[in-house]
Amino acid sequence: MSFRLSYRADPGNPWFSWQYVRDNSDTILTALREHTSLTVRAVLIAVLIAVPLAVAAYWFRALAGPILAVTGVLYTIPSLALFAFLAPYLGIGAVTVLTVVVLYALLVIVRNALAGLTQVPPEVREAAEGMGYGRWGRLFRIDLPLALPGILTGLRLATVSTVALVTVGVVVGRGGLGQLIFAGFQNNFYKAQIMTGTLLCVLLALVFDLALAGAGRLLTPWLRRRSAA
Amino acid sequence: MTAAAGPIEAAVVWLNDPLNWTNPGGILDRVGEHLAISAAAVLLGCLVAWPIGLWLGHSGRGGGLVVLVANLTLAVPTLALLTILPLTFLGFGRPAVVVALAVFAIPPLLANAYTGVREVDPEARDAARGMGFSGWQLLRRVELPLAVPYLAAGFRTAAVQVVATAALASFVNGGGLGQIIRAGFGLDIAAGGGQILAGGLLVAGLAMLVELVLALVERLVTPRPLRNRGRRAGRRAADAVSGA
Repeated sequence: MSFRLSYRADPGNPWFSWQYVRDNSDTILTALREHTSLTVRAVLIAVLIAVPLAVAAYWFRALAGPILAVTGVLYTIPSLALFAFLAPYLGIGAVTVLTVVVLYALLVIVRNALAGLTQVPPEVREAAEGMGYGRWGRLFRIDLPLALPGILTGLRLATVSTVALVTVGVVVGRGGLGQLIFAGFQNNFYKAQIMTGTLLCVLLALVFDLALAGAGRLLTPWLRRRSAA
Repeated sequence: MTAAAGPIEAAVVWLNDPLNWTNPGGILDRVGEHLAISAAAVLLGCLVAWPIGLWLGHSGRGGGLVVLVANLTLAVPTLALLTILPLTFLGFGRPAVVVALAVFAIPPLLANAYTGVREVDPEARDAARGMGFSGWQLLRRVELPLAVPYLAAGFRTAAVQVVATAALASFVNGGGLGQIIRAGFGLDIAAGGGQILAGGLLVAGLAMLVELVLALVERLVTPRPLRNRGRRAGRRAADAVSGA
C-alpha cells in the first residue's frame, strides 16, 4: 500500500462522493443521531438551568452581577481546557461532553433571557400588580411570555454554537459528527468523509435554527400581528 | 506511579518536573508555538477584516453582511476547518492552521470595525465634509481615529478567542499547548489525568493572561473621556453581532 501526503489531484479522493454516503450510511446516521441527541439534551439541560438563573437575577438585582460573572468566566475558558478539567473526574464519555457544552451554553441563554426580562415595560408590570398578580403569577403569565423573544434568541445562538462545539468531544471519543470528521482525517485524509461530516454539522445547525425560529413565531403571535399592522 | 494520587496532585507533580518544561516539545516550546500561531492568525484576521469593516462602516452599507459572516462562522465547527484546510492548496503545516484560526478571528474584528465607524458622531462627519474633506480623508483622519477604541475591543475579543481555539490545532498535530492535553488523553485517563489537567491549566492561564494584557492595551489606546463610553459601546457591538 502506498502512502502519499498529497491528494490534491487524486481522483480517488474527491471532496464529495455519493458512493461513500451510500456505503457508509449506517456510520453516518449513527454519528448524526449521536450529535443530534447530545445537542438536544445539552440545550434542554442548559435551558432548565439558565432560565431560573435569569429569573433569579431579575428578581434579586444583587445576584445579577455574580450570575453573569460566573457564567461569563465559564464561557471564556478554552473548550479544550474545559474538557481537560472535567475529563479526569467525569471520565471518558458522553457525560463529559454534555457538561462542557451545557456550561458553554449557559452564558448566552442567561444573558439573553435576562435582557428579555428587563425589557418588560414597567407599566405592564405595574398593571399586572394592580390586577392582583403575585410574584409567581406575574412571572408565568406576564414576564416570561413577554421575555420569550429574548429567551428564544439566546436559545437559537446557544443551539447553533452547541452543534459546532459537540465536535470537540472527539477528544473523549464522543464527538458525534466530529468523530466522522476526525476519523476521515486520520484515515488517509479521506476528504469525502470530512466533507460529509462538516456539511451535516452545518445543516443540523441550520435545521435547529429554523425550527426554533418557527417555534418562536408560533409562540409569540402578538409580535406578528404588531409587525403586520 | 502518580495514578494513585488525585488528578490535581498528579498535575502539580507533572508541572513541577523541570524536564516537562525544557524538553523538546515541552511546555516552553509549546507556549512559543501557541503564541506564534495565534499572533499570525490574529494578524491575518486584522489584515482582512479591518479594511473591509472600516470601508463598510464608512459607506454605511453591508450591516447585513457583517451579521451573516458572524452567524456562518458560528455554525462551522473549528475541527472541520482545521481538517479541511490542510487538504487544500495550503498544504499540511502551520499556514493551514493559521488560516483556520484567522477565520474565527474575523467576525469580532469585522463587527467592531464596522460599528466603530458607524458610531462616529454624524456632526463630526458633517463638519469634516464641510471643511472639504474627501471621503478617503474623512475615513483616515476622522472616522479611523474615533473608531480606535472599538478596534481595540475587537482585537482583544479576537485574540483571546484565537488563543483559546489554538488549543484545538493539536487535533491535526498543529502544535501549541493543546498538544500536551492530547498527549495526556493518549496515555489514558488514569495515567494521563495529571498531564491533561496541567495542560488545561496552561491553556486557560495563557488565555487569561492574554485577556488581561490586552484589556490594559485597550485602556491605554482609549482616550480618557471615551473610556467608560467606549467599553459599554464595545460590549454593545459584540451583542449586536451575537444577535442579542
